[in-house]
Amino acid sequence: MHDLAQAAANFINLDAATLIYLFLVGFVGGLVSGFIGSGGAFVLTPGMMSMGVPGLVAVASNMCHKFPKALVGAIKRAKYGQVDVKLGLVLGISAEAGVLYGAHIQEQIKKTFGDAGSNLYVSVSFVVVLAIVGIFVLRDAWKTYKAGNANAEEKITKIAKWVQSVNIPGTMVYFKSLDARISILFTLPLGFATGMLAATIAVGGFVGVPSMIYVLGAPSLMASATELVIAFVMGLGGSFKYALHGLVDIRLAMIILAGSLFGIQLGAMGTTYVKPFMIKVVMGLIMVIVLFSRALMVPVYMSQLGMIGSITAETTKILKTASFGIMIFALALGAFIVLRAMWQGRREERLQNAMEAVNIGKI
Amino acid sequence: MSSHENRTKKKPIGMMVLTGIISAGLYAALLMNQDLLNMNFARGGLYAFLPIITAFVFSFIHGSFTGHFWTVLGIEAARKKMEVK
Repeated sequence: MHDLAQAAANFINLDAATLIYLFLVGFVGGLVSGFIGSGGAFVLTPGMMSMGVPGLVAVASNMCHKFPKALVGAIKRAKYGQVDVKLGLVLGISAEAGVLYGAHIQEQIKKTFGDAGSNLYVSVSFVVVLAIVGIFVLRDAWKTYKAGNANAEEKITKIAKWVQSVNIPGTMVYFKSLDARISILFTLPLGFATGMLAATIAVGGFVGVPSMIYVLGAPSLMASATELVIAFVMGLGGSFKYALHGLVDIRLAMIILAGSLFGIQLGAMGTTYVKPFMIKVVMGLIMVIVLFSRALMVPVYMSQLGMIGSITAETTKILKTASFGIMIFALALGAFIVLRAMWQGRREERLQNAMEAVNIGKI
Repeated sequence: MSSHENRTKKKPIGMMVLTGIISAGLYAALLMNQDLLNMNFARGGLYAFLPIITAFVFSFIHGSFTGHFWTVLGIEAARKKMEVK
């Protein structure tokens, strides 16, 4: 652990520009997290690294801002009746195991193939998972929108119906978000996969939320809110693990938290103004855009590993900048949609209130 | 309670100012003692509890402040909550 301890000694100096940058990215990340249950980490971690923060310190500090943020978001959304604490804890505990296993695989890959191998693994995981899940989620949201039944109650999928119909004695647990008893044997692999993804690409919610919706049959709003409980459990365990090695830069974590707690409150409130399928729209869009961002980096790492011809330093720089730019765009677009939906929802609510007042003769 | 009554509810300005001051104090302490924090929080082992406890304290105080902040600005959840089972 000596190298880790050394990394901890490399805590950067904070100037005003860094503080403002971290606060703003924290705010936007928090806004998206409050709405879809996760997000922000995929910009924050590389963002910190671009400021000179060592990779492990960036991951650790990001995690240490994630769990208190998720806690505040979960409490807020619990007030709106959107959180299934039991499901969150059950998935969160198995996710913790997934995080540990995912981190172990990462270490092995890094040991065998070096930094480029590890980066390639992360990028390919990003592209494959986000391509499958992101396109599926977006397609579903699009179908709902096109069918004109965005206001209708969400229908559960055939898989979820089957999962809810299987009875394995001794493993059945009732979850209020599903309004059904399901076997814990189904939640274990889903939680584990969420954790593994969190350890690999830092955003476990990209698997956690869709699996709660499509595999278990939870409504979108409850799935995204319950993800905050999972993020809290995973983040707390992960932060402690990193803190044991002295890798958490508490200043970075708390400054990001300063912005993200403004954002998460707003994102959580935003969910009360929108139709449930908007959760899928925002999540699917972010996933697909981020996919392109990571795909740009794949040739760079492949060239570093000698799998393809060499790429010039200039091209590498352009690809890196474009990749980071696209990630920021994805997050900003997500935030824009959330704010716009909230703005429209508030306007509609005001109109409705005015109409009601007219109807009952108050005006 | 009607939405009209809800809207005339007193805004938590006092709480916002109080939690805001405490939160600002916490952040001032954080930024003014950077060397001390870096030295102790990165020691590892049992010192791992320090960043965890700090995160909980900040989330409690700053989280309350940000909640009151949006309420005072008049930004709140929809009155008619989404029907969620």
